[in-house]
Amino acid sequence: MSRHDGAARPPGQPEQPLPAARDASMPVPSTKPPRRRRVVLAESRGKGGTARARTIVELEEQTSVGEKLVRDLIKQQLRTALGLAGLVLLLLGWMPVAFYLVPALSEARLFGVPLPWLLMGLVPFPLLYAAGYWYRRKAEHHERDFVNMVDR
Amino acid sequence: MIENLWSLTGVLCVAGLTFLLGFVGSRRANTTPDFLVARRAIPTSRNAAAISGEYLSAASFLGVAGLVLKDGADALWFPIGFTAGYLALMLFVAAPLRRSGAYTLPDFAEARLGSTTLRHFCTFFVVCIGVLYLVPQLQSAGLTLTTITGLPGWIGGVVVIVVVVVNVLGGGMRAITLVQAFQYWGKLFAIAAPTFVLFAVFLSNPSNGSRPLTDEGAPRFTETARVVLQEPVVLDVHEPTRLEATGTVEGSPVDGPVYWAPGRTYRVGTGTELVFAPGTPVPVVDGSPSTNAEWLRAENDGLSGMFETYSLIFATFLGTMGLPHVLVRFYTNPDGRAARRTAMHVIYLLGLFYVFPLILGVLSREYLPRLLVHGRTDAAVLLLPGEMLPNVFGQILGAIVAAGAFAAFLSTSSGLVVSVAGVVSTDLLPGKVRDFRWATLFTGAVAIGLALLLPRSDASLTVAVSFALAASTFCPLLVLGIWWRKLTWVGAVWGLCVGGGLVLSALVVNVVSSFTGDWAPDVLLQPALITVPIAFATMIAVSRATARRLPEDVNTILLRLHAPDPLGFIQDRDVQRFGTAEERASQGRRRSR
Repeated sequence: MSRHDGAARPPGQPEQPLPAARDASMPVPSTKPPRRRRVVLAESRGKGGTARARTIVELEEQTSVGEKLVRDLIKQQLRTALGLAGLVLLLLGWMPVAFYLVPALSEARLFGVPLPWLLMGLVPFPLLYAAGYWYRRKAEHHERDFVNMVDR
Repeated sequence: MIENLWSLTGVLCVAGLTFLLGFVGSRRANTTPDFLVARRAIPTSRNAAAISGEYLSAASFLGVAGLVLKDGADALWFPIGFTAGYLALMLFVAAPLRRSGAYTLPDFAEARLGSTTLRHFCTFFVVCIGVLYLVPQLQSAGLTLTTITGLPGWIGGVVVIVVVVVNVLGGGMRAITLVQAFQYWGKLFAIAAPTFVLFAVFLSNPSNGSRPLTDEGAPRFTETARVVLQEPVVLDVHEPTRLEATGTVEGSPVDGPVYWAPGRTYRVGTGTELVFAPGTPVPVVDGSPSTNAEWLRAENDGLSGMFETYSLIFATFLGTMGLPHVLVRFYTNPDGRAARRTAMHVIYLLGLFYVFPLILGVLSREYLPRLLVHGRTDAAVLLLPGEMLPNVFGQILGAIVAAGAFAAFLSTSSGLVVSVAGVVSTDLLPGKVRDFRWATLFTGAVAIGLALLLPRSDASLTVAVSFALAASTFCPLLVLGIWWRKLTWVGAVWGLCVGGGLVLSALVVNVVSSFTGDWAPDVLLQPALITVPIAFATMIAVSRATARRLPEDVNTILLRLHAPDPLGFIQDRDVQRFGTAEERASQGRRRSR
């Protein structure tokens, strides 16, 4: 969509934003062009100085150390994702086979509601959300660890 | 007739509101920074509501309840799969894809593997998936309009595509996250309010003459039902049935009372009118459970039914990540972490939504058995309020549901048209504003053409085919592209062609078979369980064989995809141009003080 977002513009609109619109959407003091901001992305991370810079440069320049770090992070994240996906597929995926092999399961009732309706109508949604929540925590934890390690 | 007027007003309101919001929105949000960055400061919850609003299509709004009415417990896999897809998207794709800075799948493919050939193949499949997803939306719009006004089916589809195309040409709709977020809450209201009311009606008066669903036998009509068949059907008769028929049954003309023997199927021709007296058992379209006992049970279609269920789980779980209109929306997240949180929130919002169609589906089994006769169960949600509450409240609820359904068609269709037209105009045409407009017209024309040409089936089933296509093409490309260093563009192209080719041929065979007497095996209806592993295997095998084509900058790219956001490797055209979300947010706060 990058190159045609302009295309969604109604006819007669200029290609570049009008100065007024630009000011409204970008509250940047006119004396200081916004372009300046880009190089200071890391500024907010506070002090740490040259050591951190060096590790980041190491990452960027693909030294063997940097590459190893990234590989480990990717492996860690992938293991978490695959593990959780497997667990969820297992927790949901046993049902068709079970209901097929043991028709009596379908007949069972809990609180007057047939078991398949309870298991497939109610349980999966909290389960999916819990899996998502767990993954978010794990993934953000890994990322924080990585940043701390690189920061040192 | 009053009822139709109410519903029609609801539909017209939605169409009018869409135009208005599109118009206002296009005036408010039309500069590049607006499009790219203004929404970067949007809270995760609103972004998630916008994604859900665009995602909840006809298949969710009408289709789920319809399939629950018809197929019972097995249909519960549809809402599960539609939601679980976001878990897969969150686990494997959301954050890295967001960090890649790609807006669309072809963008991602080219950035990751550096091949324009691959890009073109991706474009082709984006168009296929988008158009396939559009077809059931337009067909359901036709069904909705036919149900509430009796107008011929093609008008609804044409109305929707015209509103969408005009709106997209005018520059509205897509540009505004707020509208899509509003759409989610609107749709939730439109399905939740009737559910609460109708459920209360059901509880206060559980025996309206109908037998409870716990009754083992076939469902029965509670009042005289008159069913006119719009297309030929095969009916499965479970109990001895006496009815009056006018038209053709089993190829010979009938006019008057007939007796149908149990345990047989009857072929009934188009235009036949069937009249059932109260208490008559309901004959059910062949292929659906014919008794309530069977309906309550899961998995009673034997091995092929189980294959279909697993195939559906596979397709929806892995297909969501490849839907063009879903992925684009993730770009409005400020960074990878926010993309992940958005996906999690979407799971919550979808889970909340799907409770209601389930309840409505069960209720319609009790109150709308006549839909089982012609099998057009997608109309259940629309008809239920009027059936259960034959007074002005029922009419108002019916109007709310109809309006919600139209909102569903409009939001999903416009999301799809914008993403498909966007991809077509940049990749196949020079990418100017005028090209985007032509591409929009082209997409709309192809979609409506197919919608009128192809035989109508249940929205959820048709949508499941595009999930299968997405799961067999873009899922392997994204997952391997993000997590596997050794993917080459040649491998990706082969994987796309084999996976996508198989699903598309299954689709063609199905369509041909539906015109020539339904001979195609059931496996072809939902082939994902076979095609997805084949696509993965092809991509891996060919990539290994062409290892020398490995892109040189693979390490840099993977670093960018996976490095945590605070390190600042995220590559964004607009972060460079306009600053990061945090900076903008803090500036905004400062300014408003």
